[in-house]
Amino acid sequence: MHIVNFTPLPALLGGALVGLAATVLLLSHGKVAGISGLYGGLFVPGTTDRPFRSAFVGGLVAGALLLLIALPRAFPTTSPVALPLVAIAGLLVGFGTRLGNGCTSGHGVCGISRLSYRSMAATATFMATGFATVFVTHHVLGGN
Amino acid sequence: MASKGNLFAFASGLIFAVGLGISGMTSQDKVIGFLDISGAWDPSLAFVMIGAIAVHFVAGRIVRTRKSPLFDTKFHLPTSQDLDAKLLTGAALFGIGWGLGGFCPGPGIVSAVKGGAAPLVFVITMTLGMILQHFVFAPRTKSAPAQAAR
Repeated sequence: MHIVNFTPLPALLGGALVGLAATVLLLSHGKVAGISGLYGGLFVPGTTDRPFRSAFVGGLVAGALLLLIALPRAFPTTSPVALPLVAIAGLLVGFGTRLGNGCTSGHGVCGISRLSYRSMAATATFMATGFATVFVTHHVLGGN
Repeated sequence: MASKGNLFAFASGLIFAVGLGISGMTSQDKVIGFLDISGAWDPSLAFVMIGAIAVHFVAGRIVRTRKSPLFDTKFHLPTSQDLDAKLLTGAALFGIGWGLGGFCPGPGIVSAVKGGAAPLVFVITMTLGMILQHFVFAPRTKSAPAQAAR
């Protein structure tokens, strides 16, 4: 292992903003800023707080538009992953985050901040399978 | 739901997206670079988590000393402590998809706003995966409204 492309300061600053965003939602609505849950709830029947969820997702879109103007290099122009694999990845991420009640934001940031055992276990699990997957795709199969 | 409250939800989403962009996590290369621990390793994602958890650990604790949030009568935080098969299977599947594509839901949605085939395909199939999960597990997920907050 050797370290490459490490950007600790933007990572810490961006991460701090993510923590701030989660705190704003906790203060205003008392809810977990979990993106898979807030976004996914918009697409299934029986969701009651659609205006609130739509407002949060609208904020994500507005933030993305702001980034497009102010920090266009946040959007790489090429994908390192072939499209069929991206499609499979999306299915797994969508199905898995809803089955496991959370993703990097809900479990990884909000849950760990609350010292939730479930979120710590979930985060350890998706990190482990993520590491294993990249090990297989990059080192066993040798693809890139 | 009062529109003033939704303004806070909108602001939260906006700050979240800007944070993801600044942190570099909208780059599939940086995410896969983090997960490639035995190769050319990019530890940045760990620092994003440290920054986010440091802020939310402290600020979230202060917020939770309040009796209620600003626009609701109570906090809606998960209380379950059970490590069940659903949680661990879901997290395991998510991690495989995360490692394959280099996107998790937030960065996927933010990247898709610019367009580009990969983020758009990711968000479309992710949404399909979420809908599929609902219809496979509908009777069980319906009975636990706290889960919806995630």
